Amino acid sequence: METKKTGIYLCQCGGNISNTVDLPKVTEHLKKNNDDILVQEYSHMCSGKGQQLIIDDVKKHGLKKIVVASCSPHFHEKTFRGALKKAGLNPYVLEIANLREHCSWIHKDIPEIATEKAKDIVDASHSKAELDFALQEKKMQLGNEILVIGGGIAGIQTSLDLADSGKKVTLVEKLPTLGGMMAVLTKTFPTEDCAACIISPKMAAVTDHPNITLYTNAEILDIAGHRLHFEAKVKIHPRYIKSDIDMDQCLICNKCTEVCPVSQPNYWEQGVIDRKAIYIPAPHAIPYRYILDTENCSHFIDNSCSKCVDICPQQAIDFTQEEKIVDVAVDSVVVATGYDIFDAMRKPVFGYGKFKNVVTALEMERIVDHISEAEPPRKIGKRIAFVQCVGSRDEQIGNEYCSRVCCMYSVKLASLLKQAKPEKDIYIFYTDLRAFGKGYEEYYKRAQNMGIKFVRGKPSHFVENKINKKVTVTVEDTLSRNIIESDFDLVVLANGLEPNKASEIVADTLKLAKSDDGFFKEAHPKYKPVDTLVEGVFLAGVAQGPKDIPDTVTQASAAAARVIATLAQKEVPIDPILAFVHQDICDGCQKCLNACPPKAISINADGKAEVNEALCLGCGSCLESCPVEALDLHYYTNEQLYAEVSAALKFKKDNEKRIIVFADDNTTYRLIDACGVRKMKYTNYARVFRVPSVSRITPSLIEYAFAKGADAVFLGDSPVKASRFEWANAVTRKNMEVVAEKLKKLNIETDRLIFSQFEAKDLMKFISEINKLAELIDKLGSLSDEQKAKLER
Amino acid sequence: MAKKIKFTDKTTKFLEKIMDLSGEQVTLCEQCGTCSGGCPFVEEMDINPSQIMRLVMLGQEEVMESQTMWLCASCYTCTIRCPRKLDLSKVSEALRQVKLREAVDNIDIAEIDAAEAVKLPTIALVGNFRKFTG
Amino acid sequence: MKIPYFPGCTMKTTAKNFEMSAIASAKKIGIEFVEIPRWNCCGVVSSLTSDDLMKHLAPVRNFLRVQEMNKAEAVSENRLLTLCSMCYNTLSLTNNRMKENADELQKINDFMHREDENYAGSVDVVHFLSILDEWGFDKLKIENPLKNLKVASYYGCMLLRPKEVGIDDPEAPQIMEKLVTAMGAESVEWDAKSRCCGSYHTVKNIDLVKKLVSGIINDARENGAEAIITSCPLCAFNLDVRQKEMAVKNSDFQTMPIFYFTQLLGIALGLEKSDLGLEFNAINPNEILKKYEKIKGAK
Repeated sequence: METKKTGIYLCQCGGNISNTVDLPKVTEHLKKNNDDILVQEYSHMCSGKGQQLIIDDVKKHGLKKIVVASCSPHFHEKTFRGALKKAGLNPYVLEIANLREHCSWIHKDIPEIATEKAKDIVDASHSKAELDFALQEKKMQLGNEILVIGGGIAGIQTSLDLADSGKKVTLVEKLPTLGGMMAVLTKTFPTEDCAACIISPKMAAVTDHPNITLYTNAEILDIAGHRLHFEAKVKIHPRYIKSDIDMDQCLICNKCTEVCPVSQPNYWEQGVIDRKAIYIPAPHAIPYRYILDTENCSHFIDNSCSKCVDICPQQAIDFTQEEKIVDVAVDSVVVATGYDIFDAMRKPVFGYGKFKNVVTALEMERIVDHISEAEPPRKIGKRIAFVQCVGSRDEQIGNEYCSRVCCMYSVKLASLLKQAKPEKDIYIFYTDLRAFGKGYEEYYKRAQNMGIKFVRGKPSHFVENKINKKVTVTVEDTLSRNIIESDFDLVVLANGLEPNKASEIVADTLKLAKSDDGFFKEAHPKYKPVDTLVEGVFLAGVAQGPKDIPDTVTQASAAAARVIATLAQKEVPIDPILAFVHQDICDGCQKCLNACPPKAISINADGKAEVNEALCLGCGSCLESCPVEALDLHYYTNEQLYAEVSAALKFKKDNEKRIIVFADDNTTYRLIDACGVRKMKYTNYARVFRVPSVSRITPSLIEYAFAKGADAVFLGDSPVKASRFEWANAVTRKNMEVVAEKLKKLNIETDRLIFSQFEAKDLMKFISEINKLAELIDKLGSLSDEQKAKLER
Repeated sequence: MAKKIKFTDKTTKFLEKIMDLSGEQVTLCEQCGTCSGGCPFVEEMDINPSQIMRLVMLGQEEVMESQTMWLCASCYTCTIRCPRKLDLSKVSEALRQVKLREAVDNIDIAEIDAAEAVKLPTIALVGNFRKFTG
Repeated sequence: MKIPYFPGCTMKTTAKNFEMSAIASAKKIGIEFVEIPRWNCCGVVSSLTSDDLMKHLAPVRNFLRVQEMNKAEAVSENRLLTLCSMCYNTLSLTNNRMKENADELQKINDFMHREDENYAGSVDVVHFLSILDEWGFDKLKIENPLKNLKVASYYGCMLLRPKEVGIDDPEAPQIMEKLVTAMGAESVEWDAKSRCCGSYHTVKNIDLVKKLVSGIINDARENGAEAIITSCPLCAFNLDVRQKEMAVKNSDFQTMPIFYFTQLLGIALGLEKSDLGLEFNAINPNEILKKYEKIKGAK
């Protein structure tokens, strides 16, 4: 059988490609211009049969390199790398030519031009493939350590599941007790079992578990690292009480609290009951320990009081305690940062904070919790209104989403109230009553059956009576079309859920993406609902989006299971696409040493530069620092990119225009893919090449592209806040300046060179910018041969 | 007595006409009633603002016979409160314009008492004529 | 500060006293209003349909005048100041539409081919209250503090809504309250401060306006106000003149004086009473102003 060096496979993609691109013509073109190749056209290369075709050909023809011209590498690069492995080839001698997203889908209406473009794309991939060489995937060992951020029901459930499976968990909670929002609730819907009774045993189990280290009153300062290896800095705030580890331990005799003269609203009572400056947060607090509120303690304000210190029989109060910073190294992180309730002051028309008898639903949880006491801390009158959708489904304040729990918690609070005090006259004003969970509709019906009145209308106006402090609510009953203008003794606002503001630091430091609603974005809403786009970081609970307790617990367990499944691999391959040094070229000038922020470059015993593969992130930002092109990037070597660019421009005719686009793999390349998926048309001048980051594109490469006939060069990368390589854009800008200088000298318009930053959603931005650039070069025309010659390497 | 509604091309066309003229996507209305509850003129209206939105969505041209749109003074109270950010002032304006462009004025200027007219601020007269005459 | 000033129809007719007091107060502070030449109708009431470009021509012409004044360096501001809330609202809505919609602006410019230049969309519209806020209420030299005078600030609609042109939070405005406090008076919180007065319905639907006006006056009184200030000549007419008519018909009706905000400001700044045109107010304000004996020229 005849041997061939390279196999090129043209995928029809069931017509997605072949209905637009004339693949036989592409085959003809390839065969005409190359000798040592095998070209095959097939309907579905990604299918088992398609992969087998490659495997068989490798055996039959002794192929050394493979090019698959099909969909985006983000769909099937992994698939084909697997096929190469099966065929006995190194998985990195594979190139994917993106004919579907970058060509056939966007140029449906211009099949002939699409076919020409397809030739360029395959030629470019082919020439790059010729220069591919085997790369060895090293393995990274996975450990057993997990950081769980947030000690609400989600974080607790994840921690317990992980700890029970033998993992070591560090659980960090911002507040001085575990329990999160659930620890504030009275009973839970629809079963009406008490929240504290459900969560307390779990909270206790956390402290008892040998596999869990708990830090309360603590916050995350920073999390460094990536890909299943993270190093977190945790700040533990002092409680100013000596713990049982210390010699003088607190006996919880409560004398300090009794003697403390300060009174402040207690968060765990939502201000319905006050607490002292030194206090135990809640009866079910875990850890059950005092904490000193330094913001309100007279000792800390003006040194005017030391009553607690004086009375403590154990001398357990220590004003000199300082915060501690703990370093935690982990393999995975679960973000369970929960939510804030919507601040009703942002809707002044509801009168919250201004009118005495307007309360939040969370305050109502506490009011209802105490309702049967002989002397309830907050008296409420007879007629009570619940107002739904406060801060949810309200575009005026920017929250389009439904908070999913408010309908049911209002039904619950109303039901509990009605059961305890049947004489109460309760109205729930709603727009749509959403009782979607198991047992919820039945629970709603029970409330109706108790005589709670559901009125369909969203209240518009609230006025407080100056004398009796009743609140007049004006609302249209949208079913009878009457305007209700009625007095209520109490108005309960069903506040929606918003992303926890304190989770911002976690978002920033882990580079977690957010959905439009501001909650953390899952890797995929359907098939990866608890993963994030950052490998090794998972989501649990409301941090990902509003949900009730059953859904939160379900998701928390799912997050634990995902962590367990991930770490059960024991080791994961390290992406071998890292920087390296051509030892024979390096002259030891050391200019690269400062070009690597993660400090992966050092000088070896031979006096030459060397890359530490454990530290290198593979961004390629360092390449431009090397005056002799000794620094290079695996799979995207200088030689390969020159070849790729040159091949893509080789058959450009004089009257044609080309834009060479370099796109960062993480955002811009995917965004260009997404334009294809949505069949959004843009200029056919573009030839797109992916790189880990466009900071890898050295000035000489850009100049080379112009020399070879590019009329414009477009660089797209992630903005700093979304980039794994925070330094990259600064490097790119510097490279751009270098090229711009050179262009200016040659009287070439610098507008031909563009560097732009994109977030995943910026499809329209990309299209408008690339089209504008196309219009510009139409106007400017091509470079002169003289100009091109001066830009040659 | 309940009226029977039949959806036809005519009902859809009426909705589209009002949406075009107002620039407001009336189909977004979720009938929460915020507009009606806050409207300073609602007590004078034969049908509530939220019903106007409903009838327009259903393509019912009978909405043109309502006095509601003439009472709407574009005070924008509903506009700043609508949770779907719909601008009902624009829908009212569109409905008024449909009538006014048929050269059907809502006031007869000749009927304004001369003594009263002298007293009135110019802006009241100008405003009135711009809203009520074609 | 020399700022281009758009008076509008009413400030030159039934609300002359408002303009008078505003110009005098501004002068005292050090702000000069430069009336724009050849001004025309602001375009009131703002047209709200999508196909009505023609109705936005009038406001744009006024902006062109400001642009020309700036070119000639006749003023120090590229902002157009208004005293009337309705003018403010109408001009602002059109200006926003022009700034956001280059195609429409182009069409209007094309239509105005006899003008020397195109409107570039760079002028801003500003109400005198915002200028005072920017100037700093605390910097006003109050010679005659209105001690113990309980004042309710009435915004009506046009200063606050829609949100895009509102000079303050449309549901919880405080700008006029800050002015009241700065004048040494006591600011009253009340519910009706941004409730519609009935606007142009005052031409043919007087009973409706009277009903709304009495609701507004009652709310102010229930919350302890002795006087109401406003910034709109139409609101002022409804609150003042229609109130007086109700009082004439019903002798039990307790009247409440209505001031244009610069009338009270003028008193606080120590202006001559003759500068303020108080004699044109329908509800006689002299009774409550008696307390302020220090007023120059007061009887």
